[in-house]
Amino acid sequence: MAMHPQRKQRLIIVIFILVIAGLAAGLLGYALKENINLFYPPAEIVSGKAPVGKAIRAGGMVQEGSVQRASDSLKTRFVVTDFSAVVTVEYEGILPDLFAEGEGVVASGKLGEDGVFYATEVLAKHDETYMPPEVSDALEKAAAKRAEQQEKGEL
Amino acid sequence: MSISSTFHKWGSPRWFYQFSGRLLPWLAGLSLLLLLGGCIWGLAFVPADYKQGNSFRIIYIHVPASAVAMGAYVTMAVAGAIHLIWRMKLAAMVMKAIAPIGASLTFLALLTGAVWGKPTWGTWWVWDARITSVLILFFLYLGIIALHQAFENRDAAAKACAVLAIVGAVNIPIIYWSVEWWYSLHQPASISFTGESTIHPTMLRPLMATLSGMYLFFAWVLLLFTRAEILDRERNTRWVQDIVCGEAR
Repeated sequence: MAMHPQRKQRLIIVIFILVIAGLAAGLLGYALKENINLFYPPAEIVSGKAPVGKAIRAGGMVQEGSVQRASDSLKTRFVVTDFSAVVTVEYEGILPDLFAEGEGVVASGKLGEDGVFYATEVLAKHDETYMPPEVSDALEKAAAKRAEQQEKGEL
Repeated sequence: MSISSTFHKWGSPRWFYQFSGRLLPWLAGLSLLLLLGGCIWGLAFVPADYKQGNSFRIIYIHVPASAVAMGAYVTMAVAGAIHLIWRMKLAAMVMKAIAPIGASLTFLALLTGAVWGKPTWGTWWVWDARITSVLILFFLYLGIIALHQAFENRDAAAKACAVLAIVGAVNIPIIYWSVEWWYSLHQPASISFTGESTIHPTMLRPLMATLSGMYLFFAWVLLLFTRAEILDRERNTRWVQDIVCGEAR
């Protein structure tokens, strides 16, 4: 369909506005890339990309078996991993309900000279999976059975 | 029917008023049925989540409000472009009608997100990419409402709002992919259009009901607001005076 030349020109202007706005947003996002990220993963902290002694956030997965709780206070120590590096986090305070080993976490605080992250706030980061508890139990049982069978097969 | 004659018909406020009047009861009934039914289904009959327990149930409002808030913005930007290119008055009216609805839905999304965040993440608010970009969406809607009211002249207002709506459309893909592009506290989407969704089917079905209900609710309110705008702008025409006088009698 042939378009009226005036309308065609306006269409080009609309596309031009979109492209320019997209370009501006893209450049802005590129320039602020590091700042838009909410947290540093352990790999960046260990490699020295995260500033020491400044208020930052660290995020990753709480390593299985790493949570140590003090018996006489609310002090907790745990290891956060991104499966390529680990950072030890120390925190005193109430942890969110969803905080657990093997779950995501975002801690805000300061990185010490000793490489330990001293947190003042710990948030739980959950994933996008939702299911009833029975389904989760069934999946766990199936996984355990599979592991058992694998072990038998290896023997 | 050719595109231009469809455009002509749809561009006629009178035709649109009459056509939309027939849709209203269907949209109202179906949207309320799906929203209420989906909420009752999701709140009372769906099992609790294995990790989040009952707090996950707010998903049945949060996800529809967020999705339709974004969909409404895209509709508004497209209406703005149609108005700029074809000078269609009806598109300008649709654009004006969407802004307050979109602002309300975005506010609802932010509110339910905060209420959900407290028991699960441990905080009401965090300045991560997803939450901040949705807050920008809210300000864009407010900006368009304010810009509209700043002009005495209707055509000038529509043109300015259309340009702002188109510029702001850049924010929509940023919201959608923010959780993929940057490290954020907000989790990625559970509903997948290409792969398998990570929400269990028993939980997904009521969500689909409230999601489609929210889209229909948006369409219903959009038609109501647009019709009110049509009556206001065409108040000097014969057909509007006939309707108003007919109802008054």
